[in-house]
Amino acid sequence: MGRGKRILITGVSSYLGLRLAKRFEHDDDIEAIIGVDLQEPPVPIGKLDFVPADIRNPLIARVLDSTEVDTVIHTNISSHPSRLGGRSQMKENNVMGTLQLLAAAQRVKRVTRVLMKSSTAVYGMGPKEPSIVREDHDNRYAHLYGYGKDCSEAETYVRDFARRRRDVEVVILRMQSLIGPTVRTNMSDYLSLPVIPTAVGYDPRLQLVHEEDAVEAFALATHGAPKGIYNITGRGVVFLSKAIRMLGKVGLPMLYPAATAAGSVLRRVGTVDFPPDQLQFLIYGRVVDYKRAREEFGFVARYTTEEAIADFRDRRRARDEVSA
Amino acid sequence: MRNPANDNVIRLDARREPQRCGATTTSGRPCRNHALEGERYCHVHRRQRHNVPAIASGSPIGDEEQHGELVDGDADASVLDRLSAFMSRRLKGDYPIDEFGYDEELSRAILLPLLRPLYEHYFRVRTLGVSRIPSEGPALLVGNHSGTIPIDAVMMQYAVAAEHPAERVVRSMGADLVWAAPFISHLARKTGSAVACDEDAYALLERDQLVAVFPEGFKGVGKGWSERYRLQRFGRGGFIEVALRARVPIVPVAIVGAEEAFPMMGNAKALASLLRLPYFPITPTFPLLGPLGLLPLPSRWVIEFGEPIPMDGYPDNAADDKMFVLDLTDSIRDRIQQMVYKGLKYRGSAFL
Repeated sequence: MGRGKRILITGVSSYLGLRLAKRFEHDDDIEAIIGVDLQEPPVPIGKLDFVPADIRNPLIARVLDSTEVDTVIHTNISSHPSRLGGRSQMKENNVMGTLQLLAAAQRVKRVTRVLMKSSTAVYGMGPKEPSIVREDHDNRYAHLYGYGKDCSEAETYVRDFARRRRDVEVVILRMQSLIGPTVRTNMSDYLSLPVIPTAVGYDPRLQLVHEEDAVEAFALATHGAPKGIYNITGRGVVFLSKAIRMLGKVGLPMLYPAATAAGSVLRRVGTVDFPPDQLQFLIYGRVVDYKRAREEFGFVARYTTEEAIADFRDRRRARDEVSA
Repeated sequence: MRNPANDNVIRLDARREPQRCGATTTSGRPCRNHALEGERYCHVHRRQRHNVPAIASGSPIGDEEQHGELVDGDADASVLDRLSAFMSRRLKGDYPIDEFGYDEELSRAILLPLLRPLYEHYFRVRTLGVSRIPSEGPALLVGNHSGTIPIDAVMMQYAVAAEHPAERVVRSMGADLVWAAPFISHLARKTGSAVACDEDAYALLERDQLVAVFPEGFKGVGKGWSERYRLQRFGRGGFIEVALRARVPIVPVAIVGAEEAFPMMGNAKALASLLRLPYFPITPTFPLLGPLGLLPLPSRWVIEFGEPIPMDGYPDNAADDKMFVLDLTDSIRDRIQQMVYKGLKYRGSAFL
């Protein structure tokens, strides 16, 4: 048997890392999985070598070296300030974590492939943004907040890394908001509210990716994506009003200033992460193009946005939820 | 480089009494609508004769699956049944939209019919050369923009949807002001508009859509009465670059009548900057009569679609040759200007 890939997954206890490790359990092309996170994964995973570590710790360099990994899958980028102990902690984790991880990986010659989870939040939203955003869209003038800003900065480090280590294939997957029966995201929190706040006079288009499709995209990209940036999303869009109706809920249209106030109250109470870009989202929405992922490594989502929402409604099991 | 825009003489039909529709209405009287160009019937009766479905004769856009279609081929279903099915589908939200948010069912079944009185009886629009628009495949409509509020784009969309043999939908490119405005932005999405940027233009043309641009932008709609029917600067040639790269034909469009519908007598600049608007119009009725002043005056309109100008046949790097692009932009602007002058002559009196 030929030598399979030795992969390191950061954020192995969060949704994508966990499911990806689970998926590679029986993959013969994967020889070893090294999982890094602060907490141990909630379910046992075969082949997994769990290393309890913070990627911001320079110790990560030794882990990379001693485990002889050739592929680094960086999923440890979080959009939940409330679960990380606040926004500044979240930024530390997302931006400094990426910086430290890449600094370590740069010295390890055996690493030939780096995959990073990013988000379509890097595009920003506004009246001048295209209706369907492609990967090469220029976001220099976009006003980014929180998660989108973190992802954008982390991507800059990844691009710098790619410039310094030209022998490494670097792949960035910009994920559309995940939804599904077991993943917990800002979007699933939002759509789980008893009444769903919306903005008066606006009905944004919603485009989501089903959790299984998101994992599938990472698995495909691990084996075959040429270096580059790819949007990962489900097909089709629905208006927010329709999504609310599908879920059997009621929308609560709010005037923009009221929504801003309500968002900060909710944030403070800690029931739901309602960052400022969520407000922009209620007005403009964000839809991305997915052709590149299909053409370059054959990823086509099995679920449309509508089907993903229906699945979220029908099969949701709150107790098994894993945060993204 | 040869420039096709110059060596084409613009033909315009001589003014003639328009042909009436040959059908008889349900009340037994002869139909008073104008017949479509080259056809015996008006757009209402043509549909009945040829049994053209009222909705969704075109293909769904992109990879979207179409969930429900409003079919009127089912002769047995009573009008009431169909209406209740339509209503329940609308209420459940069980209707398809494309990725841009275009809701074909709503547009064709509700919104376009609402525009008919405005188009036929109020503005009495005469549409010429609509069959010059290709029946399928992508094309870029380039028109003059006027009339303070962009009602000319709406009338053009109605003209193509109602009078073109393939009843094509026009996808207009809307400025950011539209997309920031509550209610209006949503309505624009549902009726098929997209954001005025290169990305959206390419994306729509790739999906074989008919895209409309008004390169004058706010300079066109916000110009004063003394400048009426004088075309302003045609953007920066962006639309030509898009057409060249996408290799789609340009259809020049001249719209006459919008200037008199909202004659802009003055511009309250201080108020405009306070409200963050590109201009604040003062017309004979607005703001004098308040919201009532937003009603357009009953001007007579002419919309002419010119012969398509092919954009293939140029070298691959033609779009990068800025000089060539600007020349071509100017010649298309001149051409539309000439069409506007002829349209004015053809129309005669502005209101009667």
